[in-house]
Amino acid sequence: MIRFTEVSKRYSNGHEALSRISLHLPAGDMAFLTGHSGAGKSTLMKLVALIERPTNGQVIINGQNLAKVKRGGIPCYRRNMGIIFQDHRLLFDRTVFDNVALPLIIAGHGRKEIGRLVRAALDKVGLLSKEKVYPITLSGGEQQRVGIARAVIHKPSLLLADEPTGNLDPDLSREIMHLFEEFNRVGVTVLIASHDLDLIRELKKPIIKLEQGYLAHHGDIDAEGAGSGLGDRSIHG
Amino acid sequence: MAILMPKVLEVDWGIGQSMARDLDKDMMLNPSDRGGRRSTRRGISLKALLNNYLLRHIQTFFYTLGQLSARPFSTFMTAAVIGIALSMPAGLNLLLNNAQEVLQGWSSATQISLFLTHKTSERQAKKVASALRKMPEIAAVEYISKESALEEFSKHSGFGEALDALEHNPLPAVLLITPEISQEQPDQIAALLDKLAKRSEVDIAQLDMEWVERLFALMAIGERGVLILSGLLAIAVLLVVGNTIRLAIQNRRDEIIIIKLIGATDSFIRRPFLYTGFWYGLLGGLIALVLVEISLTLIATPVRDVALLYRSTFELQGIDSQTLAALLGVGSFLGYFGSWIAVGRHLREIEPS
Ligand SMILES: Nc1ncnc2c1ncn2[C@@H]1O[C@H](COP(=O)(O)OP(=O)(O)O)[C@@H](O)[C@H]1O
Ligand SMILES: [Mg+2]
Repeated sequence: MIRFTEVSKRYSNGHEALSRISLHLPAGDMAFLTGHSGAGKSTLMKLVALIERPTNGQVIINGQNLAKVKRGGIPCYRRNMGIIFQDHRLLFDRTVFDNVALPLIIAGHGRKEIGRLVRAALDKVGLLSKEKVYPITLSGGEQQRVGIARAVIHKPSLLLADEPTGNLDPDLSREIMHLFEEFNRVGVTVLIASHDLDLIRELKKPIIKLEQGYLAHHGDIDAEGAGSGLGDRSIHG
Repeated sequence: MAILMPKVLEVDWGIGQSMARDLDKDMMLNPSDRGGRRSTRRGISLKALLNNYLLRHIQTFFYTLGQLSARPFSTFMTAAVIGIALSMPAGLNLLLNNAQEVLQGWSSATQISLFLTHKTSERQAKKVASALRKMPEIAAVEYISKESALEEFSKHSGFGEALDALEHNPLPAVLLITPEISQEQPDQIAALLDKLAKRSEVDIAQLDMEWVERLFALMAIGERGVLILSGLLAIAVLLVVGNTIRLAIQNRRDEIIIIKLIGATDSFIRRPFLYTGFWYGLLGGLIALVLVEISLTLIATPVRDVALLYRSTFELQGIDSQTLAALLGVGSFLGYFGSWIAVGRHLREIEPS
């Protein structure tokens, strides 16, 4: 699903945020992207979402070489994924229902179908009763769940979440992570950037660890604990 | 569509609240119906897609109107600027058309004055007059004797006393000819003029139309001027709309970024702004219409007074359906186009990062 080959990203100010990253996340898998702040997690996510382009190397998502996706093809490409942000990025002058409906509106679904799917998605994240309220009246955890409902409503095959629990307390974080696990269980490929090591350990999913732009570890978290070092791609390499 | 309207007003980009009342739960993420990349439009037939597309257009169309009416004051300000800009060329054009109408009337009443030689006696003159009346090109002939010419002249010129001092009447007798042919055939008029001038009794044959021709020439300049003014004001309208839309785009920058991340195409994002521009232009056209009508009413009375002085029953022609259609059509087109330019320029700059 996600394959990086020798990918580097240098920002226009000369800073190299990613250096020669090669990794592979098979379809249907779920993995955590970890590393200190500034390690390059968000940059890697942005390359997958085509928010940024790599300076070097090749990114292939779902069999599609992203270098071949032109500007005009980006909307269509993004419709196949769901993106979740730490700051939720909801439209605050629109109700919860309208926020969640956005991807379906954009894809041109009919209103009846939208009503049905939105309620199903809100039900899934436990916010069915909140469909008519405005996001500003919701707690942080609830807002994040609205963001998740919006990200999954169009049944994407890939789910990206950049520090989705960054501002949440441990219980809420656990709840959110389990939600992702559920989506993964029905076949969605999930990549989550997070540095909540306790939670990651609890979920027993493989990790991709970045250190100052380099791939430090790719595999089980326990192997990482032993400090097996750079370039360990034993699981999915 | 009428039932759609109230609901539509609360949506953006056609994003509607309370779209369906039927709550049937289905497990949304069903692995069996998920596929590869082509899955984005899974489950939507082409026909439904087209229907939804049209529906979105209609919704956005009315939604943007609802948005504008939610901020009546700022909407009116922008529309009024457009209206004033549109009203100027429209009003001037209308005045020009009216002037042309007046001139047409005058030029069809073109007359030829035949100043007879002093040797020509009254009897001869009357004979010539009746001969000319028989010519097919001539509609009417009026004989003005030396005496009545003098009388007329001293009455109107203010030189009455000076003329009294003269021993002889210096004025010639005149035959006033009204040609059958009119302004539309200037060649024929010229030929007739030639023919009449060649008669031995005729001293000078003069066409009383040169000043009309001069006026027509001046009008042509006026027309050109209105055209240039229209062009400049059209550019002004484009700039006003462009600037308004630019601000609207900047106000909704975050929103645009979010829906771009969700996979909105440029045309989807552009749509509400284009319709907003359209509404501004249409409203501007309506305001221009009102302004022109008010101006016409204001000048109608003095125009009627002037017409009376000329013993004419001329009435100002108001806005006809063609002008009306042109005003609204041009207005809404300029609004749409101005918005299109602004959106094209600024939407590309807004990208998620
Ligand atoms: N747009 C940018 N321009 C320049 N440098 C950037 C930009 N975005 C991120 N960086 C730098 O790249 C590095 C990696 O950033 P990021 O991918 O956001 O890390 P993380 O998400 O792991 O905290 C950081 O040093 C950051 O300062
Ligand atoms: Mg980050």
